Parts: sequence; C-alpha cells; structure tokens
Amino acid sequence: MNARWARKDLLGLRELSVQEINLILETADAFKEVGTREIKKVPALRGKTLVNFFIEPSTRTRTSFELAAYRLSADVINISATTSSLTKGETLKDTARNLQALHADILVLRHSSPGSALFLAQRLKTSVINAGDGAHEHPTQALLDLYTIRERKGDLANLHVVIIGDILFSRVARSNIFGLTKLGARVTLVGPSTLVPRDFETLGVTVSHRIDDVLPDADVVNLLRIQHERQRKEYFPGISEYTRLFGLTKERARLLKKDCLIMHPGPINRGIEIDSEVADGPQSVILDQVTNGLAVRMAVLYLCGGIAT
Amino acid sequence: MNEKPEQDIGVLVMDAAAMQRALRRIAHEIVERNPDLGSIILAGIPTRGNDLAQRIASLIAEIEKEPIALGVIDVSMHRDDVGTRAELPVVRASRLPLPLENRTVIIVDDVLYTGRTVRAALDAISSFGRPARIQLAALIDRGHRELPIRPDYIGKNLPTSPNDKVKVGVSGKDQEEGVWLIKG
Repeated sequence: MNARWARKDLLGLRELSVQEINLILETADAFKEVGTREIKKVPALRGKTLVNFFIEPSTRTRTSFELAAYRLSADVINISATTSSLTKGETLKDTARNLQALHADILVLRHSSPGSALFLAQRLKTSVINAGDGAHEHPTQALLDLYTIRERKGDLANLHVVIIGDILFSRVARSNIFGLTKLGARVTLVGPSTLVPRDFETLGVTVSHRIDDVLPDADVVNLLRIQHERQRKEYFPGISEYTRLFGLTKERARLLKKDCLIMHPGPINRGIEIDSEVADGPQSVILDQVTNGLAVRMAVLYLCGGIAT
Repeated sequence: MNEKPEQDIGVLVMDAAAMQRALRRIAHEIVERNPDLGSIILAGIPTRGNDLAQRIASLIAEIEKEPIALGVIDVSMHRDDVGTRAELPVVRASRLPLPLENRTVIIVDDVLYTGRTVRAALDAISSFGRPARIQLAALIDRGHRELPIRPDYIGKNLPTSPNDKVKVGVSGKDQEEGVWLIKG
C-alpha cells in the first residue's frame, strides 16, 4: 500500500481512488484496535476542535462522530438546526464562517441540500466531512459498509451486493454504489420502478424489480430504510404493499445463501423493510456496522484532521 | 531529489556478524536482569523494531529454552506532531498480550534518537494497562535526546550529527543486514 492521504475534506466516495478507500479501511483497522484497549482514547487529535453541524436530524451518525472525536482527544461542539442561528435567517456560509472564526478544525456537516459540504469545503480552511448531503452522498456510511463486508468476506472483488429499497432518495445507496464498484463488487439494485429507475445502470450496476430472482445469488444484502420523511405518495406503493413485494421477510430470507450477510444502515423499521427475526438473526451484521462506524469515523477524522493545512 | 548519486549508501558501522553479536548480548542482558522470563513481553516498534524484537526473542528462546511473548506498539496515533506534517504516517494496530499487570514490557526499536518515539510508545502502552515495569532496548543509540529517556539495553553507541541518517538493514527484509551511517 503506497497511498498517502492529502485531502482536508471527505465529501463523497465518487472522487476517491481505490487506494484512498483502502487506506481509510486499513487505518480503520488500527483504530478498531483502540476500542479493545483498557483506555479507549489516543491523543492523535489533541487540541483540535470538531463541530458537529447537523441541520437535518440524526442521532446515530452524530453520536458516532462525537464518540470518534472523543476517542481521538478532540473537543466537540454539537450544533443542530434548532439551536443554530439558521432559524434566525443566517445563511449556511455565514454560520460556517463564524465557526471558522472560532478556530474549529473539523466541521462535520449534515444538510438537506446536495453539494452543501462541497460548498463549504471550497470556502473554508476547516476540514469538512460530509455526514450526508440531501440525496447525494453519505461517505462514512458507505465506508463502514465496505469495512464490514471486507471484515467478514476478506475481499470485495466479485462479491454480489444487493441493495434493496428506496434508492432514488438514498445518499447511502449512491455512496455505496461508488465504493462497491470501485472495489470490484457486482451491485444489483432492487425496488419499485419509481424508486429504482433504470437510469442507475449508467453507474455500472444492474437494476431489478423482482427481489425473489435476485436473493439466491446475493453475497450481501443491504436494506435501506424507507424514508418516510422524504417519501412522496406518488413514488410509493404503500407500506404493506412494499413489505409484500420488497420486504426481507423471514420466508424470503430462506432464499438467501447461508453465508449471505444482512446489512442495514439503521434505524430499522421492523416489520416493514425487514422482519425482526431476520434483523436479529445469525446472518445480520447490523450491530457490527455500528461498531465499525466508530472505527471508520476515527480513521476519517484522523486523516482529514491530521494533515497540515 | 534525483541529483544525489545512488551509490551513497553511507559508511558501514556494524556488519551482519557484529549486529548478531550485539543482539545476542542484549538477549543475555535481558535474561540476566529479568529472572522471571515468563513475565516479559518484547514489544517492537514497527517496522524494524518489530523485526529486531523477533530476533531477540528467538535468541532468548535459544539461550533459555523458554518462549518469549511478543507484541507490537504502533506509535503513530500517539505522536505529538500530528497536524504539522504534510504526510501522515500510516497507522497500524498495536497488539500486546493482555493483561499487562505484573508483566515487564521491553520496548524494542532500531535507532534511539530524540526519544519522542519512545515517549509515544510509553503512552500507547499505558492505554493498554499498567505493567509492573517498562524497559527499553535499542540497537543503536545515536544521541541528541530531546526528552529524559535512557535505554536499558543498547547494541552500540554511535556519535552522529543531527543531519546524519542511520539506516538499519535486517536480513529477510532488506538487501543486506547491518547498520550504515549516511553523512548529512
């Protein structure tokens, strides 16, 4: 491995090279080990300040970044939409410039507008980490998915990864598609035609609308949450119909290979996209994803926040 | 970058035979100072310190017919210069046999210089637990310490200037085994 990290920002997986992705995953290996120590804290980012700037609601991603920063000895400030001056009409750029004036070193941004992370990254000296920008990208989620698959399967090359659900509105799906195809996996997207249009095939993946045809050949199944908050009626057949056609029920899970991994970025809607028995079953790595997310975010903060700017 | 001729590999200050003798002497000194060999852990600092720790462990095993526990301490996440370097060192996982309580950890590195790497290693070890004692072994002590750190076992004292470079080659990893001083 000869890759070196030279980016102050992590905006998406689309612009990363295979070497850069592998460097993040290998760095995450080292930080996962820190979680097994008696004192789960290293001084790597001591004296740095991280601002969690979440304009859209999030608990798990924000908490994961927060804990990752603490484990690297950084100081953390959390700002959510309701506590920021954005509600008073301040623009995103002005809020961010104020944060920079406070000498924040790393800005973790969750925002509903695609490109918001890029917008700030180009204007600030601060490192900007995209924690989800609209339906565009959510790079750390995809990286932790890649990490979890790699941990269980060794290598991603030629694995068949099936992503099921609301692909159209999913930044997790987009980042996963970029990462998985770069690392040589075969990707199939499954869902209703309104949410999984054929256009996605231009990204080098296969689109299917029949889940039962795809499941027997899957090495990994990644179920996306049905995003009630982004859903519009005209795209969506209705919850019970969705479960009947695309839900990973316990009957349907029998179609899977015994060693097929079941993943979900959370929060899971039990009984909608996945049955409880399946979510808690032996093939599920949903909680591994949470643990690995911490290591991956430590790696990303270390790499982006650790380089001289 | 490219103007320096390739043949400048420096002056050989320790050949393979001398290096083997130095490592054997360190192994004997470790045995002498640590009657309870079962409690020691030889923890190498990647990458050459790691190779040397393995060599010393097998020499001790040869002398005393007792296997020696090995560990790895990667210090890159404990360094105090993160944020000042244009390129970050690649971080790797540390591995130490646990628990550390009542054990002696012997840090092994190839070259002892400012002492900052050793300070970071002391930090890293303490995050794994509280060993009874920590000792330090280095093949070369080149001086110029910036911290109050002193080795317990040393292969050779080598006077250097701060601009010099010291290169340690290990058989199996490098073309040739030995220690070279490259004048700065």
